[in-house]
Amino acid sequence: MTKRTDHPLSSVSRRTVLAGLGAAGVGLIASPALVRAQAETIRIGFPTPLTGPFGAEAKDQVKSAELAVKLVNDKGGIAGRKVELLVRDDKLNAGEAATRTLELIEKDKVHAVVGALSSAVQLAVNEVTRARGVIYVSISQSDTINEVKDFSKYTFHEALNPRMTTAAVARATFKKGSKVALLGADYAYGHEMIRGFKRAAGELGAEIVGEILHPFGAADYSTLMPRIRALKPDILAICNFGRDQANSIKQANDFGMKKQMQIVVPVLLHNQRIAVAPDVFEGIIGGANYYWALESTIPSAKTFNDAYKAAYGSLPTDYGAYGFTGVSALLLAMAKAGGTDTDKVVEALQDLKYDVAKGPQYFRKCDHQSVQSVLVLKSKAKADMKSEQDLFDIVENVPGSEQMLRSCGELGFPT
Amino acid sequence: MDLELILMQLFSGLALGAILVMVALGLTIVFGMLGIVNFAHGALFMVGAYAGLWVAAQTGSFWWALIVAPLAVGVLGMLIERFLIRPLYGRTPDDPLLLTFGLGYVLVEAVRITFGTDGIPFSAPDALQGVVDLGVGYFPIYRLFVMGVVAVILLLLWVALEKTRFGLIVRAGARDPLIMKVLGVDVSRLWLLVFGLGVGLTALGGVLAAPMRNVSPEMGTLVLAEAFVVTVIGGMGSLLGAVVAGLLVGVAVSMTALFAPEMATIVMFGLMALILLVRPQGLFGRPAGA
Repeated sequence: MTKRTDHPLSSVSRRTVLAGLGAAGVGLIASPALVRAQAETIRIGFPTPLTGPFGAEAKDQVKSAELAVKLVNDKGGIAGRKVELLVRDDKLNAGEAATRTLELIEKDKVHAVVGALSSAVQLAVNEVTRARGVIYVSISQSDTINEVKDFSKYTFHEALNPRMTTAAVARATFKKGSKVALLGADYAYGHEMIRGFKRAAGELGAEIVGEILHPFGAADYSTLMPRIRALKPDILAICNFGRDQANSIKQANDFGMKKQMQIVVPVLLHNQRIAVAPDVFEGIIGGANYYWALESTIPSAKTFNDAYKAAYGSLPTDYGAYGFTGVSALLLAMAKAGGTDTDKVVEALQDLKYDVAKGPQYFRKCDHQSVQSVLVLKSKAKADMKSEQDLFDIVENVPGSEQMLRSCGELGFPT
Repeated sequence: MDLELILMQLFSGLALGAILVMVALGLTIVFGMLGIVNFAHGALFMVGAYAGLWVAAQTGSFWWALIVAPLAVGVLGMLIERFLIRPLYGRTPDDPLLLTFGLGYVLVEAVRITFGTDGIPFSAPDALQGVVDLGVGYFPIYRLFVMGVVAVILLLLWVALEKTRFGLIVRAGARDPLIMKVLGVDVSRLWLLVFGLGVGLTALGGVLAAPMRNVSPEMGTLVLAEAFVVTVIGGMGSLLGAVVAGLLVGVAVSMTALFAPEMATIVMFGLMALILLVRPQGLFGRPAGA
């Protein structure tokens, strides 16, 4: 701090000088109280797209992340330090996310970053945290982020990835000789999910009869329906996210497609199911990282649901749960490391075995992907729903294993 | 590729075209008669859908929503014209453009605050659910119903504008408001009604679209772009142009879907660029200065 005031004032802007003087002042006041520096708050940056088409999912993430922080603070924090979550709106825009993340690191001096809800945005955050050597727990699905070219020793991937979800859904629904048609959004998410389903179809002996891409954010899918019907598939896999999922399934349903084929999705979104009537999604099968009804078999899910209900009066959602598991894993590692020393926390994350909401999880050594269970859900008919929240049947809870993931060698890591 | 599929695709295209015509009508009427480029068009479309949702929730009937919501939003349109747009007449066209642009944001935020940012379910009435066999393939009954409503609306509009005294005054007012004033016609009242009509039709489009697309605060964004494409291709302000252009775009998108569906949005804009190059005033627009 004092070093800064030693600099000559020439060639420095007035603003910097003022900021420097201010900082020096704060430094002087704080320096006698070394004890207080010890108790400095732990700050976690949380960029997420609060505005935009994924806003509903983003708000759930924030609520869950804040719950994780609250639970730790209620128990006295980490090594006597309080934890604080700094939420920033990344507007679902990679540039905005990079700027906000940089601000969080430079200005707010966060000790770690958790967040992002789109693969492209997540990669942008990862670029920044990797360059600055800051810990980042990513909570959005992406296959590319696992690959060696984007690897950062400071980044840990809490979310499932397309490879895992498509494999689990395909295993539950594809049979040898099944005819599968693919409909996907024309951007990274759609492409990665389509690639996953194709690979799974190859392994299971199912036949891909057609692959149709639609523009991201399309409002009308009616012109695609005759062609899909003409392909005569047994299974239609719809690979898109957010409102695109609700709209495309709604229109497929309007066209009576469900009578002729089983519709599956890589990720069956909790909030999108709520945004349409139950009969629209009825019978649709898809993957998920979390569903509250896990509580009947998994004690940590019950604990999470109860805490969430006590805090917000409702039940947690799938994408919301990522905010909880991601922040909880980070805080557990910080507790183990006894503070925020980056290298120690990274080490603790690498060795961490945690079960905070959905059963056992750990980060794989080579790519830091969280190895965890994948749920396969089926959307319920209205008549079978016992309450407003009773949306899905759990078809399967595929336990986590490294077999689900691409091998370290395949991702380009030395083996 | 068999003939059945191509016929079905052609039909889907016409059906989509009918929806696009409905979406563009309000924009083209307000521009043609008042010379105002209404950038709040998409937002008013969305407000129409939410108004429909609200009325349907209160009355339990889709049919009431279909009638009451457009009327109510039409009245909102009149208030907007009277208190926000009227003071700007006589200034450059940029002023109402900027005003409506900002108004669009205000409306979207207001709906977000009132109804939340999540999508809300809206189902077609039971009588219109299901599919019918057209001989070449199945088609949702609701979409056929929308095509019917659009045809009726167009017929009514045509009669009102071409065959009645009111229509004569409106068309004359669009040509030369000063002469109309001299002749003793209350032009400002006329414009109030025309703007209300345009906004009401936009809201009707929103209510009709709600059971096909989901209702969300952002549902108008794409609609604004679609409406502009149709209006520009047809010729700014031309009713016939909007109809021909809407159907043309629908069929173009649908036929593209057979070969390269990911290009569907680009085709729409490509068609618009082509028309602008070859015939800048649009298919049925008056050339500038005429």
